[in-house]
Amino acid sequence: MTLIVSELCVDHGAIRAVDHVSLRIEQGQLAAVIGANGAGKTTLLRALSGLTPARSGSATWKGHDLLHSKPEKLVRFGVSHVSEGKSVIPELSVEENLNLGALWRRNAKESEQTRNKIFETFPRLEERAGQLADTLSGGERQMLAIGRALMAKPELLLLDEPSLGLAPLVIAQIFQSIRDLTTQMGLTVVLVEQNALGALEIADVGIVLNLGRIAATDRAQSLIENPQVRAAYLGY
Amino acid sequence: MFTFIDTLLIGLTSGAVYSLMAIALVLVWRSTRVVNFAQAGQALLSTYIGYECMGRFHSFWIALALAMILGAGVSALIEMLFMRTLFKRNTGPIAGVAPIIATLGLLGIIRGGIGIFMGGKETIIRPPLSNVGFTISGHTFALSPFKLVILSAVLIMMILLSLIFTKTNIGLALRASAYAPEIARLAGVKVDAIRTLGWAIAGAAGAAAGMLQTPNGTGALSPDSLEFSLLLVFGFIAAVIGGLESLVGAVIGGLLLGLVLAIVLMYVNATLLFMTAFVLLIVVLLVRPQGIMGKKAGRRA
Ligand SMILES: Nc1ncnc2c1ncn2[C@@H]1O[C@H](COP(=O)(O)OP(=O)(O)OP(=O)(O)O)[C@@H](O)[C@H]1O
Ligand SMILES: [Mg+2]
Repeated sequence: MTLIVSELCVDHGAIRAVDHVSLRIEQGQLAAVIGANGAGKTTLLRALSGLTPARSGSATWKGHDLLHSKPEKLVRFGVSHVSEGKSVIPELSVEENLNLGALWRRNAKESEQTRNKIFETFPRLEERAGQLADTLSGGERQMLAIGRALMAKPELLLLDEPSLGLAPLVIAQIFQSIRDLTTQMGLTVVLVEQNALGALEIADVGIVLNLGRIAATDRAQSLIENPQVRAAYLGY
Repeated sequence: MFTFIDTLLIGLTSGAVYSLMAIALVLVWRSTRVVNFAQAGQALLSTYIGYECMGRFHSFWIALALAMILGAGVSALIEMLFMRTLFKRNTGPIAGVAPIIATLGLLGIIRGGIGIFMGGKETIIRPPLSNVGFTISGHTFALSPFKLVILSAVLIMMILLSLIFTKTNIGLALRASAYAPEIARLAGVKVDAIRTLGWAIAGAAGAAAGMLQTPNGTGALSPDSLEFSLLLVFGFIAAVIGGLESLVGAVIGGLLLGLVLAIVLMYVNATLLFMTAFVLLIVVLLVRPQGIMGKKAGRRA
């Protein structure tokens, strides 16, 4: 149940976005992936969930080959990906967005239980269950996107910049929820973030990407205290 | 007065068949973002299939059911074998329009193929019920038992499909795949299969349109028959007038078009038929570009 990525390369045409990345994330750990714009964070996550084909290398989790499976198949193995930029469908209601995440399970009763748990974590979503997702605020949308991913009862959760475009207070709330959910549900989480300090504070381990390569990887706390990382990514 | 009522009745029934065709186009548009010009060709093919079935089973209703089922199958195959490959191969600058142009090509191929195999043969489908109007106090109205069946079939179809779309899991998957295929895939929806399903339902609706249109007209079936040109052009116009996104819009678009055309036919001149339809299309697009039932582009970037 360890996520093992080895020598992963992903290209966008002539651009090598992910360059020989190797990493290991143990079960139950929350790993923060940080790095500047264009460092390859999104590309890394998209390769892991089967959205973007890899050039070479391997990635396995629970014995499943992540690089050669379609996303709709990986969900069934317990991999859920919340893609960059509020991954909700605005034309559907909040409830429909949630239900969508559990459609493949074909178990209405279990889905309802999961949905109720998600409503406990994000009470806002329950209040707005019947509204179109289009009418939600940015923070609510992010909650909905995470909620949709949780509806699949994932074991490996890939989150791409859940803090994007949110106010500091909302970011703190979302980060806290991510931390709580990881612990409560025993999830393994890969959290990609621009908001480096916030992400490292809730993470167990941290991975710094620079121009597609791994620049540093360590316990999250050690990265926060690392002077080079502080200067380059934490801004103090 | 009677003439006017009859005109409305004729308009509603012919409009109902355009609505069915428009429903088919909307379904394909919603599931793959393609305007399927081949839809009328598929309807023609399905109607020929229905004709053959009638010869074998001697029942219009069994033939209608089989035409719809096989029409769905043909449509699903076209999506799986042809459109899907086209989507995957086409990434160049014309990727957006290439599939649409391809459906035009497909229309030509289907028509031509039918012409080669079935052309010249006399093919007639008679209405299964009387198409002679009901008589009330001496006046025979334009509403016949068969026309009544057409009207109710279209309404039932619209209600059924709307319910499937809004109330069932399949409907949710259909909508999600149309609006945001990537998110749908991440949520575990097998988007490719869902697209095929959308085409299949459209194929069935188109087949029903063909099977009802033919006996409601002259009954003669041929690749160049006026009935299918009407289905092709008016189905398309009805769908666009209705906003292309909405099933209810497709039905309203079809009925409206049918009514306007019937009035022009009765009170003005038959030669203006096609022109009137296009004028209506352009007026709606100018006044309400998103169509009657279409929504303005949302908050979404
Ligand atoms: N679809 C694409 N086509 C071409 N190049 C791409 C594509 N997606 C990403 N890239 C390029 O790949 C590199 C990595 O991009 P990626 O989106 O993975 O970065 P990121 O770390 O997620 O950045 P950000 O923090 O801004 O989201 C960038 O140079 C980017 O321009
Ligand atoms: Mg990114």
